[in-house]
Amino acid sequence: MNVRAVIIPGSGANFGSLRQACLRIGVEAEVSDDPARVGAASHVILPGVGAAGHAMRGLRTRGVDRLIRTLGQPLLGICLGMQLLFEGSDEDDTECLGVLPGRVRRLPAEPRWPHMGWNRAHALPGAALFDGLDAEAWFYFVHGYAAPLDASAQACTDYGTAFASAVRAGSVHGVQFHPEKSAAAGRRVLANFFSTPC
Amino acid sequence: MLAHRLIPCLDVAGGVVVKGVRFRDHRVVGDILELSRRYAEEGADELVFYDITASPEGRRVDTGWIARVAAELDIPFCVAGGIRTVADAEQVLAAGADKISVNSPALARPGLIGELAARFGSQCVVIGIDVDAASDDHGSWRVIADSGRPDRASDSGRDLLGWVREIGERGAGEIVLNAIRADGVRGGYAHAQLAAVRAATRLPLVASGGAGAPEHFAEVFERGEADAALAASVFHSGEIHIGDLKRYLAARGIEVRL
Repeated sequence: MNVRAVIIPGSGANFGSLRQACLRIGVEAEVSDDPARVGAASHVILPGVGAAGHAMRGLRTRGVDRLIRTLGQPLLGICLGMQLLFEGSDEDDTECLGVLPGRVRRLPAEPRWPHMGWNRAHALPGAALFDGLDAEAWFYFVHGYAAPLDASAQACTDYGTAFASAVRAGSVHGVQFHPEKSAAAGRRVLANFFSTPC
Repeated sequence: MLAHRLIPCLDVAGGVVVKGVRFRDHRVVGDILELSRRYAEEGADELVFYDITASPEGRRVDTGWIARVAAELDIPFCVAGGIRTVADAEQVLAAGADKISVNSPALARPGLIGELAARFGSQCVVIGIDVDAASDDHGSWRVIADSGRPDRASDSGRDLLGWVREIGERGAGEIVLNAIRADGVRGGYAHAQLAAVRAATRLPLVASGGAGAPEHFAEVFERGEADAALAASVFHSGEIHIGDLKRYLAARGIEVRL
């Protein structure tokens, strides 16, 4: 595959481990939010660790919010990066990118809050990111807010409530778990994303 | 259903992994990267690194080895030791850590917990609590500050359950409860303290200190006292292989990631 991956920084501090995870499957990912560099990429990743309000302010300050909305190539939001794709989030009552319809809600207090650890993602039939994986593979989750289980859902996870652990609308993909921290299953999801035709 | 996590704990001092008994008399047990690699291959769910000298010595954790660990590992890891400010935490996370754990600096300045949660989200903020096994005259357990260096270790002036409630209100995302008397002596986890903390908070709780046999892990999970179990000695010595332990737990009906 002829992949020119770009990771958009700024929505979190974890792009170092994500770059390494890409390298382990043979993809050298550049970290940049320069519109020309991002525009020339074949695949774009929006990672995220942090709080939604802080992350959106960072993206807006640098005009990256507008850039993301205009992308035509495959885009993968990870964790907070996936949540930012929606219209809004309960976290800090934040207006997000609005690339996907719906609102990210706070997870219930039971059984625990936040949702932290390894849980199963039940992939829907035909979910391309889960190609070649067990239909109930384990992934690593660390989050307190989650996306609605609606039309864009590609996988479902249960923790106090059922939520979308993977989403897709056209070329826009998102995963709530951290593929870069999910051992072999995570490697497969990243490789599947990079196999998505541009 | 969430898997019960098994977490090897690597105490780091001077760039190598060490282990003590009841937080004292540390000896070198191995290389940071070699041990990390071994545990990931065995099926560890997460790793925790404690720079056990950073906080008592008043310096920040060294980020060089964090970056090297991040380059190797495809499971999450948490770094503790010497994180006093949002800027300190930012460096550790930028080097590749997934979570940061704060202990003595949070006791010295509890406002730090809220600052970290606001900047990185609660899910990133782990609070370590070192607690003495013996209760005081009023029947409460005392939280110990600066346990990493015995000559500086002192009663923080806080009781365990009060501190647990406070850190939850301030925005912590997880608690690691280290039972000092149980640490390194392999007599089982501190059930009374864990059960009391479990009842006082809904935060994810990691049991630490005292694991010596596979039954100890099964007990702490079957009693519902912890979401994760941390251990060092029995994993470092090779006495318990994490893959074998997980198969044992699964056979007892405990949900683990295999």
